[in-house]
Amino acid sequence: MELIFEKSIAGRKGFDFGDPDVPSHAQIPSKYARSVDAALPEVSELDVVRHYTRLSQKNFSIDTHFYPLGSCTMKYNPKFTEALARLSGFTDLHPLLAQLSGGEQWTQGALQILYELEQWMCEMTGFSDFTMQPLAGAHGELTGIMLMAAYHKSKGNTKKKYVIIPDSAHGTNPASAAVAGYETISIPSNKDGGMDLEALKAAVNEETAGLMMTVPSTYGVFEGNISEISKIIHAVDGIMYYDGANLNAVLGRCRPGDVGFDVMHINTHKTFTTPHGGGGPGAGPVGVNQKLSKFLPISRVVKRSDGVYVLDYNYPESIGYIASFYGNFGLLVRAYAYMLMLGREGLMATTDHAVLNANYIMRKLEPYYKICFDRICMHESVFSASRQAERGVHAIDIAKFLIDQQIHPPTVYFPISVPEAIMIEPTETESKQTMDNFIDKMIEADKLSQTDPAAFREFPKTMPVTRPDEVKAARDIKTSFFLASSPTDAV
Amino acid sequence: MNPYITNTPQEVEQMLKAIGVEILDALFAGIAPAHRPKSFDLPKGLSEYEVMRHVTALSLKNNVHVVPFIGGGYYDHYIPTAVSSLTSRGEFYTAYTPYQPECAQGTLQALFEYQSSMCALTGMEVSNASLYDGGTALYEAMMMAIRITGRDRVIMDGGVSPIYRKILKTYTHHLSYQFEETPIVHGQSSRDEIYQRLDRDTAVVILQNPNFFGAIDDLTDIIAKAHSVGALVIVSVYPVSLGLLKTPAEMGADIVTGEGQSLGLPLNFGGPYLGFMCARKKYIRKMPGRIVGETVDSKGQRCFVNTLQAREQHIRREKATSNICTNVSLCALQAAIFMAVVGKNGLKEMAQLNLDKAEYAKQVLSKIKSVEVKRSAPTFNEFTIHLHKDASEVVAAMMKKGFAAGFPLGRYYPGMERYLLVAVTEKRTKQEIDRYAKALQEVLD
Repeated sequence: MELIFEKSIAGRKGFDFGDPDVPSHAQIPSKYARSVDAALPEVSELDVVRHYTRLSQKNFSIDTHFYPLGSCTMKYNPKFTEALARLSGFTDLHPLLAQLSGGEQWTQGALQILYELEQWMCEMTGFSDFTMQPLAGAHGELTGIMLMAAYHKSKGNTKKKYVIIPDSAHGTNPASAAVAGYETISIPSNKDGGMDLEALKAAVNEETAGLMMTVPSTYGVFEGNISEISKIIHAVDGIMYYDGANLNAVLGRCRPGDVGFDVMHINTHKTFTTPHGGGGPGAGPVGVNQKLSKFLPISRVVKRSDGVYVLDYNYPESIGYIASFYGNFGLLVRAYAYMLMLGREGLMATTDHAVLNANYIMRKLEPYYKICFDRICMHESVFSASRQAERGVHAIDIAKFLIDQQIHPPTVYFPISVPEAIMIEPTETESKQTMDNFIDKMIEADKLSQTDPAAFREFPKTMPVTRPDEVKAARDIKTSFFLASSPTDAV
Repeated sequence: MNPYITNTPQEVEQMLKAIGVEILDALFAGIAPAHRPKSFDLPKGLSEYEVMRHVTALSLKNNVHVVPFIGGGYYDHYIPTAVSSLTSRGEFYTAYTPYQPECAQGTLQALFEYQSSMCALTGMEVSNASLYDGGTALYEAMMMAIRITGRDRVIMDGGVSPIYRKILKTYTHHLSYQFEETPIVHGQSSRDEIYQRLDRDTAVVILQNPNFFGAIDDLTDIIAKAHSVGALVIVSVYPVSLGLLKTPAEMGADIVTGEGQSLGLPLNFGGPYLGFMCARKKYIRKMPGRIVGETVDSKGQRCFVNTLQAREQHIRREKATSNICTNVSLCALQAAIFMAVVGKNGLKEMAQLNLDKAEYAKQVLSKIKSVEVKRSAPTFNEFTIHLHKDASEVVAAMMKKGFAAGFPLGRYYPGMERYLLVAVTEKRTKQEIDRYAKALQEVLD
């Protein structure tokens, strides 16, 4: 399909700003002015509407397709939360209003939402304080690790050097620890998908700053030894970090704050169903216990004794500003509305059905695909396409087969510790019929891998494009319409 | 209780049977009694209607009817209706990150177009597919410059947003980088102060145009001087101003970042916003964040993919260029559509309107005796005025008259308690500006 730039006709306009009602002759002195106009498209509004409507139709999305992406929690995004987030009382609110003297009275609705979200999240997770500021899950991780660093610094402990991370962790975990200045140590998993305790004990010493753990893990396994792990880490005054990516599996069944964790982040775009937006924006609120609360980023929202919500910057030990404002407010409104609707029972039912659906798919596919851990799973299950790979059909081939069946593929090649990994998370919002259809297609893929493995090379066949040449994309870099495609002389 | 759960009780029975357990609770047997919640004391759920009523009532407790003359890097621009109409399509906003390119060409092509428009706007060769917001984008750019140069000294101009400067300090205070902040002289970057500090250990000079006080500048000389000692230069820009202003590429910048909120995103009480980053092509492999590239499919047709992924955390883990996983794809899409609807001429017209209205406001305000409009440097749509009393008190009084009068600079600059930063976008009418001046006069008298 043509690019919007290729539809451009010199002189065509898509928008009219009207005649100015003030004198219009101001001039930027020429030394400060651009020499040529920005080469943005010159198209009509109708051109734009058709172009982007057609582009949208080239996407799979939750609104159109089943998305059993492991570790991504692609549940249905309710429409009413969208409508609420688009109310002008939220969208037109300038963030600096709240920082003006007396400005809190102009922003009470917004501040109340932030305050109540903190209370809800604390009760859901067993922590004492939350900040809504982090703008994504990985941003929450980085914030959490900086809180860890602030804690060690406040105790004058300069020895802390390492953050321990299981091999099943998301790549953001080691990257966040590294960005915050720590080295990382990877711990292998045992045959049940839990953490190898002996390896952990061997790795922990006075230089251990903390541990980052995803519970349930990306193997879909709840870590049974959590109390013991937390004892080992706390014995050296390390900090226990809970990656909340998989919180959807344990709401009302386990609270990180009760089982030894000191800090966590929540991905609102997973558990609290704020839309993924084709890759963001997300939101990654961070919760802490009292050990870390004084280090939380500023500002914080507090309720004064007269019931008025205000921004409070008076936390001398705070790590400071981690984002420009108070978080991705538009998404936090959606999460707030979703929680209010579900309430205690609804949230618990979420977890129950997420786990039920995941186990159903796991048992149904077990005869056909090699299961990684033969035990009840939590919100997702991990298979290996190793049997199919022996026939020349790899996880990626099965993924591409599913695309032709109008199903978004599960997560493949992750966790990285599982060869040919296929990681399946159906979420609670999918019906048995949708899952049965997926199961049938997965069985069909297995059968086809036995009868005609060569057929897989051509999948997908029904999409607007076939498999892309990714090597060419990385070699002949063309990342803009205006850039001549050429190998980079990159530094 | 949870209307989004679709399984019927009969189906639940069938599924439990298939799994081989009798009751649903059995699925949680792996969570030992000691690990169960000590409390889960949350309110009962509500109907959709009840939530709509409650949250709508909260939205009405925010006063968005006050006439905004407040900016500070975040502006009340008009957003053509077509923009949000298109981004409201479920095919866009309920899609995941385009890791499977064959079924995500819509998102991928739109991001490629976003990157292209950002390159057109800034004049730079390459753009990534967006970062969280303007402040965190500047932090990522600083880290990128440190990686490229292998040096550890950072010179930051006092005209860079104080909010951004605070963010940069938070992220680096426990790391071993040296920061030096240079003061603003007569509204613009002080060449002398910057040049004094430049040396062969300087990794990067960080500048902003227009700066936080609204002043515009030609930074070509500073950039050339920085390059002469092997340092890089980052310029943080306000994209709408680039409808008229000299581009950072024309000035010689190496990395360009900024807050993209002005490109069709609502103010939204601080987010979601759009951090953007552009750079010279030779630095592309050191860039953080997702990047969409053009390639061909197995039949030779043009298509788009996430490219250079070997930089990213899901491949490189602790050795990645950043810990960032997400971009703000939907916000980038929104900006791409905004730039397409407004277009080449529209952006210029929009920028001119901002300039004209701000100049008109300057004229009107300078007629007030106790107001001094600072004129030491040219400005775009935001400017600084000096008052004869505390600006934050004036702002509080102006609020009662229905105006968000501006941002009191004393909030971030000690000693500037009597200075007010005033923003005037294309949305402000002549009548609003006149009423604003009248109200200000009343408050000051």
